[in-house]
Amino acid sequence: MSHANYLEEGGFWSWFTTRDHKRIGVMYLLTNLIFLAIGGIFAILIRVELFSPGPLFSADVYNKFFTFHGAIMIFMFIIPVIPAALGNFFLPILIGAKDVAFPRLNLASYYIFVGGALLAALALVTGGVDTGWTFYTPYSIRTQTSVILVTLGVFVMGFSSILTGLNFMVTVHKLRAPGMTFHRMPLFVWAIYATAIIQVLATPVIGITTLLLVMERVLGIGFFDPQLGGDPILFQHFFWFYSHPAVYIMILPAMGIISEVITVFSRKHIFGYKAIAYSSLAIAFISFLVWGHHMFVSGESQWANFLFSLLTMLVAIPTAIKIFNWTATMYKGSIHLQTPMLYALSFIFLFTIGGLTGLFLAALSVDVHLHDTYFVVAHFHYVMMGGTVMGFLAGLHYWWPKMFGRMYPEILGKISWFFIFVGFNVTFLPQFYLGKLGMPRRYHEYAQNFTFLNQVSTVGSWLINVGFLLMFAYLIYSLFKGKKAENNPWGAKTLEWQLPSPPTMHNFDETPQVIEGPYQYGVLKS
Amino acid sequence: MLPQASTLAKNFDILFNNIFWFSLISFALVIGAMIYFAIRYHRTRRDPFKTPYITGHHLMEISVSVGLLIVVMVIFVWGWVDYKKLLKAPSDSLEIQVLAKQWFWEFQYPEGRKLTNELVVPLNQPVKLIMTSSDVIHSFFVPNFRVKQDVVPGQYTTLWFTATQLGEHSILCAEFCGTGHSKMLGMVKVVNAEEFQQWKKTTPSIPAVSKNPQEWGKELFSQKMCNTCHAITTQKLVGPGLFGIFGKEVELEGGKKVARDENYIRESLMQPQAKVVKGFPPAMPTFQGTLTDEEVNALIVYIKNLK
Ligand code: HEC
Ligand SMILES: [Cu+2]
Ligand SMILES: [Cu+2]
Repeated sequence: MSHANYLEEGGFWSWFTTRDHKRIGVMYLLTNLIFLAIGGIFAILIRVELFSPGPLFSADVYNKFFTFHGAIMIFMFIIPVIPAALGNFFLPILIGAKDVAFPRLNLASYYIFVGGALLAALALVTGGVDTGWTFYTPYSIRTQTSVILVTLGVFVMGFSSILTGLNFMVTVHKLRAPGMTFHRMPLFVWAIYATAIIQVLATPVIGITTLLLVMERVLGIGFFDPQLGGDPILFQHFFWFYSHPAVYIMILPAMGIISEVITVFSRKHIFGYKAIAYSSLAIAFISFLVWGHHMFVSGESQWANFLFSLLTMLVAIPTAIKIFNWTATMYKGSIHLQTPMLYALSFIFLFTIGGLTGLFLAALSVDVHLHDTYFVVAHFHYVMMGGTVMGFLAGLHYWWPKMFGRMYPEILGKISWFFIFVGFNVTFLPQFYLGKLGMPRRYHEYAQNFTFLNQVSTVGSWLINVGFLLMFAYLIYSLFKGKKAENNPWGAKTLEWQLPSPPTMHNFDETPQVIEGPYQYGVLKS
Repeated sequence: MLPQASTLAKNFDILFNNIFWFSLISFALVIGAMIYFAIRYHRTRRDPFKTPYITGHHLMEISVSVGLLIVVMVIFVWGWVDYKKLLKAPSDSLEIQVLAKQWFWEFQYPEGRKLTNELVVPLNQPVKLIMTSSDVIHSFFVPNFRVKQDVVPGQYTTLWFTATQLGEHSILCAEFCGTGHSKMLGMVKVVNAEEFQQWKKTTPSIPAVSKNPQEWGKELFSQKMCNTCHAITTQKLVGPGLFGIFGKEVELEGGKKVARDENYIRESLMQPQAKVVKGFPPAMPTFQGTLTDEEVNALIVYIKNLK
């Protein structure tokens, strides 16, 4: 091999000034995993408080815990982790490019992200925030806590997200290798592309919203606080206009990973390539028109509710098509149940529950009772953790050998999967029932009759924790002592597997010529 | 199981259960197929190089989509129809004002009785709550009745129910509102009609602190000089006469028509320029900052009763 691989070339300092998309991806990955760990600690603390109905921490401390848990997990882990970490690393390779379209911008968006995250983290040490990650006004205007730091952090991280999205869109349009038509792109690329569109179009709105909030707090201009002549509901419209599409920024890339993993580990062509590809775009489009479903009981007009409920129902269709097609892909395959596949199947299992419970919440009269209860908490954890995080873990294990040139230990991988999957269900299934019984979310103390279900849930969170600790341990171990990975340990057909593990700095020595689609498994072909 | 303690609670339970069964069946189908495939086509049973080349099946995709579309539309319409019932309070409802504060609920009855964290209502009698908050957003939630409505500062929102079970039903705050959020608990006490009358007799309308809102409104009307511009007849002065206006439509400058409800009157006081009555100058001063929420409520009750 003529070139050193991308991990080894240059000294330590060369990492900080790198413009290589793989290195930037790895730096994102590391950063995001650190935030996952911090967010996870808060999750454990929340569940410890809720182990018994009475108080353990004070209410104000508890309120900060759930605010940090939500804000860190969403803005610093789930939103960036797949596009910015795995996407950065694999999107260019998957379309046969040597880098993203704007490598310097790519590095800039990493530093902007870190800057924003540090701003927000500063709030941790300057008293914390207690508004919940949703920053609803007028509470967020009146609370004494460090709202400004956190919202400014969100504002800054938003830029990073926009720039990354922009970069990926241009990369997909301009840097595809010869023969890589849109319809030969791996579905992960389609998913990242659809995500990028949402990032670019929706993120500015959260930027403006947080800025208005800061202006209101600092200068006393009345946008949202009725005492200053503002409208608190307006904030919710602005906030969800971003944050609903953001849900799809979080889930679409995970769906992309599932499409890759299911095909490889079933040794089958994907079932319904175009339906999956275009349903990503359809979801991206509809996602802009449903924000009001978070506000059914806010006093929103009934006709607004009518429309938002109707449109929300429609999201079910492209989503169901994907689930149907993934399952159908397994039909008559040759199924390898390695860790990535176990996570992919867990995704289907959990995300189906997440999606179906969304139907309850989209139905107006049912939402009236369930809104702002633990039913909603369970629903979005099934979607976000059962969906996005499982997808991420599938992708992380699937691409680990390529990224670091080492295999993770398969048996430990499966054990840790088992803890996470079982623990997840033990934690969150009871919460649906708690919500139906009427336990509101963000409750520091609760009525006696909710105790048992809460204790089950807390025990589940410990199981998840064991799974993650084990995973962190074996991943670190494998970096140094793992079995050396072959170029194509899974026998996959996409371009990244034709490169050495780990790839060289320039990915491809020669620009590849693409002559067929990415999923040509089976007898008739090859 | 949660008691069905209001007329509409059953509707919720029926639709909830239907969606639940639909979900359970679809889940079983999808996951059943997935697990079956994972076992049946496990690599120990299948040559990885001899899998069939199947790229999709449009008819199947379309039938899944159409089938699901029909189901979700049924759920949508059903949810909407039930939701409409939650919106429209019967005209013979007992109207009670609710003021949410960090972190308690204040209920004020038409005759001026005020209760904190306790709402006494007669059985089988529709009750309409007209709610506002004096600080941040709260949400009025009675799980046993399956009703919930955010309570927003600077606005009125309403909620109604007819209780069908005697006894106590907890009121929770469902929107995060700060330190005392999970302690912002109240109780709906449902009693017989006779007991309710009895309760009214034994609970005098707490005169010293809080006045009867209608009388207080009347005092304020002259104290705050409303009467310099408004007659309480239909006569025009600087502004329109206020007799019998509540609940009727009014034409605004620019031709738009709006209904005069609580929110409208509140807005007339706080932002008089936002909606100017046709044929009048925008001369009404704002009372933002000069009138407290309680005073606004009292004025509204007063104006409501000018008929
Ligand atoms: C300086 C004169 C002035 C004073 C004082 C004044 N108003 Fe008005 N008000 C007006 C005028 C003029 C209008 C019609 C234009 C508009 O809608 O703004 C009006 C409109 C209204 C309306 C809407 C009437 C409708 O037909 O829809 C209400 C209700 C009202 N005022 C209540 C009050 C109350 C209560 C007070 C005392 C707290 C008050 N006003 C004090 C001049 C005044
Ligand atoms: Cu949403
Ligand atoms: Cu509250």
